[in-house]
Amino acid sequence: MKIQEQCDTMIAINHLTFAYSGQPPIFQDYNLQIGRGEALSVIGPSGCGKTTLLYLLAGLRYPRSGSIFIDDRPISRPRPRSGLVLQDHGLLPWQTVRQNARLGLTIWGFYGSDGRHAPADEKLVSAEADQRVDAWLKKLGIEGLRDQYPLQLSRGQRQRTAIARTLAMQPDLLMMDEPFSALDAPTREDLQHFIINLHLESDLTYVIVTHDIEVAVLMGKKILVLQKGCNREAQITGNALFGQMDRRRQDEFQQKCEDLRQLLGSLK
Amino acid sequence: MSRRLNSRAALMGLLMFFVFWQLLAWLIRRPIMPSPLEVVPLFGVGLFGNLGIHFLASTARVLAAIGLAVVTAVPIGLGLGQTPKVDRIFAPLIAIVYPIPKIVLLPVIYVLMGITDISKIFLIALIIFFQILVVVRDEAANLHPELILSVRSLGAGRRALFRYVYFPASLPAVLTALRVSVGTAIAVLFIAEQSLTTYGLGYYIVVETYQVLRYSEMYAGILAMSLLGLILYFVIYNLEGKVNRYRAEEPN
Repeated sequence: MKIQEQCDTMIAINHLTFAYSGQPPIFQDYNLQIGRGEALSVIGPSGCGKTTLLYLLAGLRYPRSGSIFIDDRPISRPRPRSGLVLQDHGLLPWQTVRQNARLGLTIWGFYGSDGRHAPADEKLVSAEADQRVDAWLKKLGIEGLRDQYPLQLSRGQRQRTAIARTLAMQPDLLMMDEPFSALDAPTREDLQHFIINLHLESDLTYVIVTHDIEVAVLMGKKILVLQKGCNREAQITGNALFGQMDRRRQDEFQQKCEDLRQLLGSLK
Repeated sequence: MSRRLNSRAALMGLLMFFVFWQLLAWLIRRPIMPSPLEVVPLFGVGLFGNLGIHFLASTARVLAAIGLAVVTAVPIGLGLGQTPKVDRIFAPLIAIVYPIPKIVLLPVIYVLMGITDISKIFLIALIIFFQILVVVRDEAANLHPELILSVRSLGAGRRALFRYVYFPASLPAVLTALRVSVGTAIAVLFIAEQSLTTYGLGYYIVVETYQVLRYSEMYAGILAMSLLGLILYFVIYNLEGKVNRYRAEEPN
């Protein structure tokens, strides 16, 4: 069952055209297929549409024309099983770490299993939701901070809280915008390790947007390159060095980074 | 924020208040300045009788006005704050209407709505309405778009956004606006209750006591109105402290 699932498509972008009002298009007649269980890095210079792509996949922005399918369903609003972690974490300052991490499940409870805002196939009792949130806080090493408020946390701790909030909803697709930027090196490596292991242990599909070439090579089985201006054709490369945290200093890894750097340079 | 009042300080303040009052009474020695030793017992007894009914009538009017103002101003403020295009159209109008002392509209409201409880409540609500409208609008406009997008990505639609983001985000500002405007609200209540009603502290102070020279009873009424203002102020002040707790322990 699992093997069969891994073969089919998680994300299908068909003839996507998108532009912000009054601006030239960022995507034009753009096509992209991402398989289930894929680990995708998206890289490109700032202003190339990386974050816009995430918003489109998350159902927070709508294509001018064309369509986006996730798990074989067209996206017209945020999908309950898609998790999104934005760059500024999006935590509510007046809620504790635990309340913040539980927010997704609380919102599901607010709507009930209506299939629109919350998955129809999962009904959670409040105590189960609490347990699940606590388990993720523990796995992310922030259970000791559960009664603190976001203002009292470091950037890395806030990032972990936002990740816990998303994972508590058991997504089959995880999207993260610059998840490792502005973190100190040990925290960054720790979180990279966590995400890679999560991917290896489950069949979680993820899309990580970054401007950092090393991060892109480390985190992506496939690397999607976006360019400044209009993206018409998906530039996607395979990557055999995915998850090789301890080989980052070796020539092969550095060479891959250099290749990417040149590709990026040629697109400008 | 202003210094927090603990119960010891409150007691000291109260004590000093009565001492100064007593000194004034000794100094002036006229019926218009009775001693607190005379007024406080009258107040205590009256609160369980006639004065108590006037007190409840006034309290009900203020609370109704606060309720009316909150349920109308919060949604409109959120709407304006989240739709800059609409806000730009109405902002000049609000800026001009906001500083008008609403009490001057008293005769207009009386003629249009009749001299009823409704018109009194409406007038007070009008004062509070603009205070809340402006702060809620500004709070809603200052919310990060990324925060809204993040919460929407968790599945939140309009109702959940209101419940989990907009409402709690604007609550501290609503309370501050209420605390600031509650004094004005009670002052207007005092004026509105002087005409054509039979219950309310304004009526009690002016018609039932002042006009028939029952000065000690009048002071019991003044005490009751002061108490009403004081209670509302401190209830709101304490609620503010509760909802602002997350700001308390910010790292340096």
